[in-house]
Amino acid sequence: MAQHKVNYFAESGTPIKLTTVDKIVNFGRSNSLWPMTYGLACCAIEMMATGGSRFDFDRFGTIFRASPRQSDVIVVAGTLTKKHAEFMRRLYDQMPDPKWVISMGSCANTGGMFNTYATVQGVDRIIPVDIYLPGCAPRPETLQYALMMLQQKIRREPSNMAQKAKRLI
Amino acid sequence: MRSYTPKDDVQQKAYYKDRFFVKPPVPKSDIANDEIFSKDLNSIKNIVNILDSYVEVEHLVLVINPEDNYKVISYLNKSLNYDFLVELTAVDYIAKRGGFEIIYELLSTSKRKRIRVKTFIKFSETIQSVEPLFRMADWSEREMFDMYGVKVINHPNLRRILMPNDWAGHPLLKTYPLHGDETGSWYEIDKIFGKDAREVVGPELRDSACVERYDTDRFARLGHEVSKGTPISQGNEPDTPIRYQEEGGVKLFGKKLVTPFDEIETVHLKQRK
Amino acid sequence: MQQTNRLKPFFENINFEREDNTMVVNFGPQHPSAHGQLRLMLELQGEEVLKATPDIGYLHRGIEKMGENMTYNEFLPTTDRMDYIASSSNNYGYALAIEKLLGIEAPRRAEVIRTMLIELNRIISHLFWLATHALDVGAMSIFLYAFREREYAMDLMEDYCGARLTHSAVRIGGVPLDLPKNWTEDLLKFTQTLESQIPIYEGLLTKNRIWKMRLENVGVIPEEMAKSWGVTGVALRGSGVKWDLRKEMPYGIYAELDFDIPISDKCDSYGRYKCYMQEMYESSKILKQLIPMYKDSDTQLMAHNPEYISAPKEEIMTQNYSLMQHFVLVTQGMRPPVGEVYVATESPKGELGFYIVSDGSAYAYKLKCRAPSFFHTGLLTDLLPGHQLADVVTIIGSLNIVFGEIDR
Repeated sequence: MAQHKVNYFAESGTPIKLTTVDKIVNFGRSNSLWPMTYGLACCAIEMMATGGSRFDFDRFGTIFRASPRQSDVIVVAGTLTKKHAEFMRRLYDQMPDPKWVISMGSCANTGGMFNTYATVQGVDRIIPVDIYLPGCAPRPETLQYALMMLQQKIRREPSNMAQKAKRLI
Repeated sequence: MRSYTPKDDVQQKAYYKDRFFVKPPVPKSDIANDEIFSKDLNSIKNIVNILDSYVEVEHLVLVINPEDNYKVISYLNKSLNYDFLVELTAVDYIAKRGGFEIIYELLSTSKRKRIRVKTFIKFSETIQSVEPLFRMADWSEREMFDMYGVKVINHPNLRRILMPNDWAGHPLLKTYPLHGDETGSWYEIDKIFGKDAREVVGPELRDSACVERYDTDRFARLGHEVSKGTPISQGNEPDTPIRYQEEGGVKLFGKKLVTPFDEIETVHLKQRK
Repeated sequence: MQQTNRLKPFFENINFEREDNTMVVNFGPQHPSAHGQLRLMLELQGEEVLKATPDIGYLHRGIEKMGENMTYNEFLPTTDRMDYIASSSNNYGYALAIEKLLGIEAPRRAEVIRTMLIELNRIISHLFWLATHALDVGAMSIFLYAFREREYAMDLMEDYCGARLTHSAVRIGGVPLDLPKNWTEDLLKFTQTLESQIPIYEGLLTKNRIWKMRLENVGVIPEEMAKSWGVTGVALRGSGVKWDLRKEMPYGIYAELDFDIPISDKCDSYGRYKCYMQEMYESSKILKQLIPMYKDSDTQLMAHNPEYISAPKEEIMTQNYSLMQHFVLVTQGMRPPVGEVYVATESPKGELGFYIVSDGSAYAYKLKCRAPSFFHTGLLTDLLPGHQLADVVTIIGSLNIVFGEIDR
């Protein structure tokens, strides 16, 4: 977690009027979110189990893509260490807009139980995060619920995201 | 005046000191009881000077001089059939004894016995690498160097292995704090955004027991989540029940793009398997 | 608009201008082969690997330093996160090391339950290995089948301890919980399902021409290289060395159980694959033997040693001194004797060892975890040269490495 002194959305909280085009585009975006395979540690196993046949992730329209250039969402599953932080930022920058971030598990949210010298205390010190998932490791159902919340969030936003850049710095 | 906290061991210590508590030792048994160990010990004693030897928890422990480590490991490997070097590490005794204790842990598959070889080097001394005997020492000694700063001579590739290449400090030393020192705690911000971003991002929140509802403008109470940036200092956020999809679905041209999730239609399994 | 940062484009690893005409490829810390954060710098001549340098440390979380700053009981859930696929094996290795340090023994029922959990974890780990290895090599449907079996096994673990992945089901001195009702019947049903499903996976892979072509003579580990690198577990048994800690230096109740150790003489990935499949059969054989042993055992679950171990909950809630001692043990931690131990157990990945130096205080003076995957990754330096680029993925998968253990 970070003590950001930046206010993300100046006008958030007020209802936004969505046009028909917005609704169609958001419908398309939310129902075909392509995550990037970003499994770092134990939560990656639960993410893979979510992709398995019991908690099928494919029915949400998600296809796990290996390349950041082809993905919309990055599910940070696992502990981010300081050695890896640079690469995480690089991969996030390589993703094209619009992009979203789901931070899965305690280690990605706040550094988790690893309150040590080598762990980044929360992936949102490096990347702006949309949905935080608690748990260690969170159950696959939790990841599915997080994806559904992200879908609801996408449907609320106007589809021209260039107006609202999520700036961290 | 604040009390003096010694900096030579900054790890967590027990709060209550028990002055009259006598710490029992792990029982050490006699080597003569075990014939394989006594045979091995007698043959090693002819080769090199053994400072101390005992049997502790099914291990024969030999304490040797640091110059003899290559000779002892090579003799154990080739003549006494200890075919695995299972572990190679160091223990930080800088505050107590002024140096490091290097541990080699060997296993013999034919005799089914384990041996631990210990040697003590002073803080700025170096130790010979055993990599020509066992290739695993390549990585174990790199880890020892990375974590403790123990310099190993004749090593093919002595550089950091677990920490980033430009990390300053050796983490497992007793003088290194668990949360990391100044440069360590800002490492990723400095590297990615630059030193000027330190004030913008803010320091790491290391106190896991700190519970502040208003520490950032983002975390709301469970069940009362609101959008990012909404002020929550008044404490009257609306209730947000768990809802998998929007209430009543999302409508477009009169038709529903997203149909509502009907709980009544869900099927509850009576039996799981 | 791109957000400001100081990262520059990263071209220094792709180098086309060298005299010897080799290409350096960075198998970056994030890649889709599901093994975690391994960075391999490969020097390629065409498609053949000339030199391989594995770079680890991208998941180094400082677990050993945490061990020096937490009491022994507090540290136990952290060991879960080392080999996160078979969590109870790490817990068991750690608990066994502490018990040897303290000189206590867990009671009979606890040992039986622990062995059930670790053999179930062995099956879970091998199924995961099969799923990811087959996925990397290309047989993607095995991933879904093996994960389905894993879901049944994880249901069993969840019934027992409440967690699917990071169990902390084994404690110092025994186990905290007794098996729930009908758990042993469910376990028996699971072993029957498993033994009927594994022939299906073997039928898909063992005689498959493509699988054999991809795996035979790939990743040959000669015995001297294995011993020199400290390779243990299936990788060692796949090279013909008959060494399994459960049989050769038995701990717990393994001396009473009847099972075989599969060994392969061929030293290649195919031999290791066959060993893994056979080990799943052996584990389910062990589980079937453990069920009657559980029924015959006395109900004590934690060792009785008030100096180090808290009493069972019924006693804590009713007896005054048990409550006081439990309070002291939880807040200040138990103080073991002064000394050192190294205890190794056979985890699904190999020989997992814990080296604990105690100075008599509630916090360990040094806690080192000897992870098998650490040395298996180092082995890649000597193993990969001579293979084609496509074999690199097969070899990494066949060695069954987990990054939680490597980097700790």
